[in-house]
Amino acid sequence: MTRRSTDKTVNADKESGLFGNRLRRKEALTGYLFILPALIGLIAFFAFPTIRAAQISLTNWNLMRPAHWIGFDNYGKLWADGKFWDSMQITLLYVIYNIPLQTALGLIIAVLADRLAKSVLFRAVIIAPYLISNVVAGLVWLLMLDPLIGLTNTFLTGIGIPPQSFLSSPDQALISVAGISIWRHVGFTALLFYAGLQSIPRDLYEAARLDGASESAMFRMITLPLLRPVMVFVLVTSVVGSFQVFDVIAVTTQGGPANSTRAVLWYIYENAFQFSRMGYASAMSMVLFVFLILVTLLQMRLLHADRSDLG
Amino acid sequence: MSKKLNLPKLFGYAGLAIFCIISLLPIWMALKTAITMPSDVFSTANSLWVNNPVFGNFLRVLGLPSDVPPPANSGSPINFMIALRNSVVYTGLLVTGQLFFSSLAAYAFARLRFPGRDALFYSFIAATMIPSIVLFIPNFILIRQLGLLNSFAGMVAPNILMLPFAVFFLRQFFLSTPKELEEAARLDGLSWFKVYWHIALPLQRGPLATLAILLSIQAWNDFFWPFLVGQKENVQVMAVALANYQSQTGQGQPDWTGLMAAVMLSIIPVLILLVFFGRRIVESLQTSGMK
Repeated sequence: MTRRSTDKTVNADKESGLFGNRLRRKEALTGYLFILPALIGLIAFFAFPTIRAAQISLTNWNLMRPAHWIGFDNYGKLWADGKFWDSMQITLLYVIYNIPLQTALGLIIAVLADRLAKSVLFRAVIIAPYLISNVVAGLVWLLMLDPLIGLTNTFLTGIGIPPQSFLSSPDQALISVAGISIWRHVGFTALLFYAGLQSIPRDLYEAARLDGASESAMFRMITLPLLRPVMVFVLVTSVVGSFQVFDVIAVTTQGGPANSTRAVLWYIYENAFQFSRMGYASAMSMVLFVFLILVTLLQMRLLHADRSDLG
Repeated sequence: MSKKLNLPKLFGYAGLAIFCIISLLPIWMALKTAITMPSDVFSTANSLWVNNPVFGNFLRVLGLPSDVPPPANSGSPINFMIALRNSVVYTGLLVTGQLFFSSLAAYAFARLRFPGRDALFYSFIAATMIPSIVLFIPNFILIRQLGLLNSFAGMVAPNILMLPFAVFFLRQFFLSTPKELEEAARLDGLSWFKVYWHIALPLQRGPLATLAILLSIQAWNDFFWPFLVGQKENVQVMAVALANYQSQTGQGQPDWTGLMAAVMLSIIPVLILLVFFGRRIVESLQTSGMK
């Protein structure tokens, strides 16, 4: 019995001979069977729809009458559609409000926590907003920012600033939405940076201190460069995510007031699901797709994502 | 020790404390509003606590008999009891499927040898790069053509079979576990599926539990897709019900107390998970950026 098992192992290891081949074929077949459900999911709900979206974008389909092939007309229309470019501009502005502040705050909190508050309790508190949904975050801040009963205005008047209208003002709505998103994400960003800080060898700092390096020099020369992999992850995922802001807008401003928060996803949503312009909406989504790929590649390039500083 | 408590350190602690307050205060205010009499909302707006807390707002949004009357023009009530049930069904279905199918695929990617394995694995990862809106339009049309609009089947279909994050996460754990035990079981004649089910999976109980918690929170919070395909009362999940309840109010003041009671109902399960599994959640999330 033992003898036969050993022979089997040898054969399987060598993967040679008729017996080994059969085993290997069986293993391969099992492998395909195991990934089959996931593969069906990948093809049916990711690969096929991507191709279909590209196809639909070349038609004038509106769910009512059969689709007509109209070539690149949707893309021409999109090029001339001021509302689309407005929505892209609003989205870009949103990203600019959102990302630098969120990243900087996250980094500061992570550095402070690394020095002063290493307990899990602190980290659990700061990721609480991240664990609740965008919808709930939007609603909770709808209450906090309400001009009549919101606590934010109470606080502002307390320190001598006149009450603001926040989400109901065309000038402040986008900033307010960005603020809500920062509130929800900054703790998670801090958590990622915190983990990154933990992985930096402490003796680097000791050596630098012996050489007389100042705190800020150590931050610039050791901390920031060694945090780069985490920084790349944080920036790439949060930028791509911010360009797709939708949920908070859906429960707070719905694109208003005066279209001031009509971000690109909201505009695509309106076209596809309120006006059934499936062809035109698909064309916009394809443009956004290509744009996001370019943004991601550009970021990887700028951040030298392929290089490492440690080791 | 006392010499160490200098000014910068004090500022640091103050900053962290303020940050904790900002993180929790909005959630606290939602809770406070949820236990306020609707008629007292304006008079108690500035206070952090109400003197006569009531629980009737929870009862009335759950469609139960309540001594707290809804405020005037609060729109047609949404039964959040049904929405809660729908969220439980949606989350349960989705997470069970995701855990099973993803672990099966992850096991194959980690342990079995077959042509094209690595290319397939990377195509799974690449799929995460596709923006959801690109997929939502054709997927919506597909679900509509299949007659699955407003059904749990249509709501879970796109993500139940394959979740690249889960496959990636579990593959790492399978790879970092010694495979001698599984090889011995194979030699004893156990089928691959039995090895996976009876030996490999039980060894990953910890990671599977962590993944189940993370996926449950994620599914519980899902909005955009359920919003598109699950609008009927008998399938609408909490997030969708909340958005619909809010948008009913139009220009006037919303039913703040009812809305915040419903908000708390949707937050509480997540907060309970955070209280019981805080360390597990924090530690798994913080490594998600490390690769």
